[in-house]
Amino acid sequence: MGDQPTPEETLPADEDRENLLTELSESLGEILVDSYLRPHEDLWLRVRVDNWHDAVRTAKDAGFAYFGFLSAIDWNIAPEGRYENTEFDAGLIEEDEEPVELDASTGYAGGDTRFQLLMQLHSLDRQLGVILKADLGEDLTVDTIRDLFPGADWHERETHEMFGIVFQGHPTLQPLYLPTEFEGHPLRKDFPLLARQVKPWPGVVDIEEIPEHLEAQLEAEVMAAFEAEGGEA
Amino acid sequence: MTATSDREQMAYVSAQAADARINVELDTGDMTLNIGPQHPATHGTLRIAARLDGEQVIAAEPIMGYMHRGYEKLCEVRTYPQCTTLINRIDWLGSFANEVPFILAAERLMGVEAPPRAQWIRTILFELSRIANLSLFLGDMGVQVGALTPVFFAFRDRERVLNQIEEVTGGRFHPNFDRIGGLKDDIPKGWVDETRSVMVKMRTFCDEMEDLLVGNEIFQARCRGVGVIPADMALGYGLSGANLRASGIDWDLRRDANPGLAWDQIDWRVWTHPDGDSFARYWVRLQETREATRMVDQLLDGIPSGPIMAKVPRIIKVPAGEAYISTENPLGEMGYYVVSKGDLGPFRVKIRTPSFNNISVVPWVMKGVYVPDVITILGSLYFILGDIDR
Amino acid sequence: MSLLALPYWQETAIKLGLALVVIPTASLILVYLFLFKMMAFMQSRLGPNDTGPYGSLQLVAEAIKFLQKEDIHPAQADRRVFRMAPVVVLASTFLLYVVLPAGPDAVVQNLDTGVFYAMAVSSLSVLGILMAGWASANKYALLGGLRAAGQLIAYELPLILAVMGVVIQAETLNLQGIVEAQATGEIFGFGAIGNPFILTQFLAFLIFMISAQAELTQTPFDMPVAETELVGGFHVEYTGFRFLLFFMAEFGTAFAFSALAAVMFLGGWWIPGFDVDDNVLNILGPGVMLAKILLIAFFIFWVRFTYPRLREDQLQKFAWKVLIPLALGNIVLTGIFKVVF
Repeated sequence: MGDQPTPEETLPADEDRENLLTELSESLGEILVDSYLRPHEDLWLRVRVDNWHDAVRTAKDAGFAYFGFLSAIDWNIAPEGRYENTEFDAGLIEEDEEPVELDASTGYAGGDTRFQLLMQLHSLDRQLGVILKADLGEDLTVDTIRDLFPGADWHERETHEMFGIVFQGHPTLQPLYLPTEFEGHPLRKDFPLLARQVKPWPGVVDIEEIPEHLEAQLEAEVMAAFEAEGGEA
Repeated sequence: MTATSDREQMAYVSAQAADARINVELDTGDMTLNIGPQHPATHGTLRIAARLDGEQVIAAEPIMGYMHRGYEKLCEVRTYPQCTTLINRIDWLGSFANEVPFILAAERLMGVEAPPRAQWIRTILFELSRIANLSLFLGDMGVQVGALTPVFFAFRDRERVLNQIEEVTGGRFHPNFDRIGGLKDDIPKGWVDETRSVMVKMRTFCDEMEDLLVGNEIFQARCRGVGVIPADMALGYGLSGANLRASGIDWDLRRDANPGLAWDQIDWRVWTHPDGDSFARYWVRLQETREATRMVDQLLDGIPSGPIMAKVPRIIKVPAGEAYISTENPLGEMGYYVVSKGDLGPFRVKIRTPSFNNISVVPWVMKGVYVPDVITILGSLYFILGDIDR
Repeated sequence: MSLLALPYWQETAIKLGLALVVIPTASLILVYLFLFKMMAFMQSRLGPNDTGPYGSLQLVAEAIKFLQKEDIHPAQADRRVFRMAPVVVLASTFLLYVVLPAGPDAVVQNLDTGVFYAMAVSSLSVLGILMAGWASANKYALLGGLRAAGQLIAYELPLILAVMGVVIQAETLNLQGIVEAQATGEIFGFGAIGNPFILTQFLAFLIFMISAQAELTQTPFDMPVAETELVGGFHVEYTGFRFLLFFMAEFGTAFAFSALAAVMFLGGWWIPGFDVDDNVLNILGPGVMLAKILLIAFFIFWVRFTYPRLREDQLQKFAWKVLIPLALGNIVLTGIFKVVF
């Protein structure tokens, strides 16, 4: 976790979360790959994907019985970038600044593969939340946790259609949002956002500065209008 | 765990459907009824494919996606300030409340904290959008059970709240007012007193709803014991907001996981109801609306002075990191999981919307109810379609 | 005795012409007064206020709008039945008006079995509604039609049983006879205001009003139409003029039922101080009737705008377990009192 930003030193220790981390690392044992704690913010746990079901069960037994959400992250950097190489976007980056280089880091608690499973659970007794992650292998397969959290049903369906991740044991992995004949997985980074490719994004205009030659012209126009109304210069 | 709830569910089914047994004996055929996507009770384009035996629902499956706008993908190609424009349109009835958790997540990643005055005004606007949102629910539930009058009262009185929001933000439904590091503007002169008088009117509105619906025998007959969601089911499905509290769970993110707004500095309480039925959900929302007017009153008294904007760079770049912030929105827990790679825009935004989880319980809760109950249960679960489809 | 001695065909022509004017006017008055203005007032809206004085011509504009609309049949509809259904419903309304008296002679046909006739023709509309629900080839319409059939048949019984109390007390099935019985009746020897049966038959009046509410498919018994569940129920596929027929029938029947209630419980067209067969009552009677009808219609619509809707099973339970036993009890009581006094 060397390259991660260090939490601020001034904050007091977050004892609740530290105790929780110790407790969960004991009960998870081998399953836990990595963990990361930001005091007074959140706790991230990365578990082995083969034991995903066990890990979720352990968390649930530890009191995290309130289901938040389940999704995934695609850590791949999009081949098209953020479609910012248009003339409009040029104004966004200040001249004396290097353009942002997206690093290949994979977030808190690390990650080794392109796709990472993401899940959030609450504990009502502890009044804490925990975020579970798991690196997905090449086959993008993981066990379903529908039996533990019935609410995960739809979240797994959504993750399946958006990322193409297969949840073994889920009976109805049909698309939730997209039409049945839709091909591809829209939230993958290599899925092109066609609208943006066809038409450049005009949304940055509002912070573009007025060019110098126009600025003088505008000022002259304003002054002319002011004088025409009979005002004093 | 499921054994108790299944038993409760079965008891409910058998109690409701005395004639179901006759239907089984006569071996009647099923009928598939598509409720929606164009249906007055679905507030938009939700579709419920229900298999019916007579008027009894055997299986109900919500089908959505008619309004899927792909906000998670679109957020990836926008800068942080631009994202709020989209986020406004998720729950369009309580739009200012949508912006807050996203902005807070960005602020946490940047290590910026808004000044106290901004936090207080944020809290006030947050509660005002809660009142605007829930007051419409309170009237609309009447329409779902066939009483036309309450919804007109709701529209009349919600207008006052929207006017107050408009006076500050300039927008009735899509204020786009929250900024990273504070707010766009300060509140106008005289606004505090006006808002206070509006809050008095909203309390009268709550009393009216109590008279018109809560006290009405037919409303109670329609809603009590209908669509019961036991506590463990509510947790497993990740229900949030009033749906969770109506199942007897004392959990409110404003109190239990306050991300820095002014809720912990005022005196208020969380309302729960043990029944878990449609009536409980209505009742809890009614109390919450009333509580919110009291909260606004207190908040108006204590607005601290000071700046409304922290020092932030002109072009916002958010350092690399991840943050999940959720707040207690009118509909329930709305959270944003923001992954940043130090860029102008987020790398990935996972939007956890309350209605998505709240509606996922529909196939379970609608087994064995009658067609009219489908409407009351849907109405009492209270969803906004933009909040499901995103 | 008759006011005018005309040949039969002239009399019939006049009566027919009057009926054709009265029925649309009646529904127009109810829709304007209650559906537009009173509902708007109760819901703190303005209601129509642009068309004509106080928006009173709004309904005319609406009718013209309906007439201009395209007449759409669903592709799978049973066309002949689909077209006939609104006519059947409206015919039931028209037939009701035959026996409604507005004065000693101001009645289309003074039948000896008037009450029986009114109850019989009012249930005809079930047939039309069922036809509409079936022929539309729409699941919502079918559900609405079936609900209507179940509901109207269930509430026909308490309606008739409630009326039985009145009939026993008046000793006649003739509606004019019932008015006469109320006019000449006495309350403990005091006969100045006659004896409107609402006093002695109050239970029957309540049951009658509740059942009438159900017969008219008004909230809280409006499951056959139920906008938020069945999107309009049996008339969901109807447009334009055919929908207008349903609409007119709904309010025309509401008017007719209010008139029946006024005749049977409020003393009808009789004014205290006049003889029952005074010719003046032929002129004043319709006015008195109209006032009483509007009073009763006010209550019908007041309930409609205030109450939520029951569920189908609750509605049936209410009819069979509450209203019918009560109505039967009322008959027994009335019978006992009739024999004793």
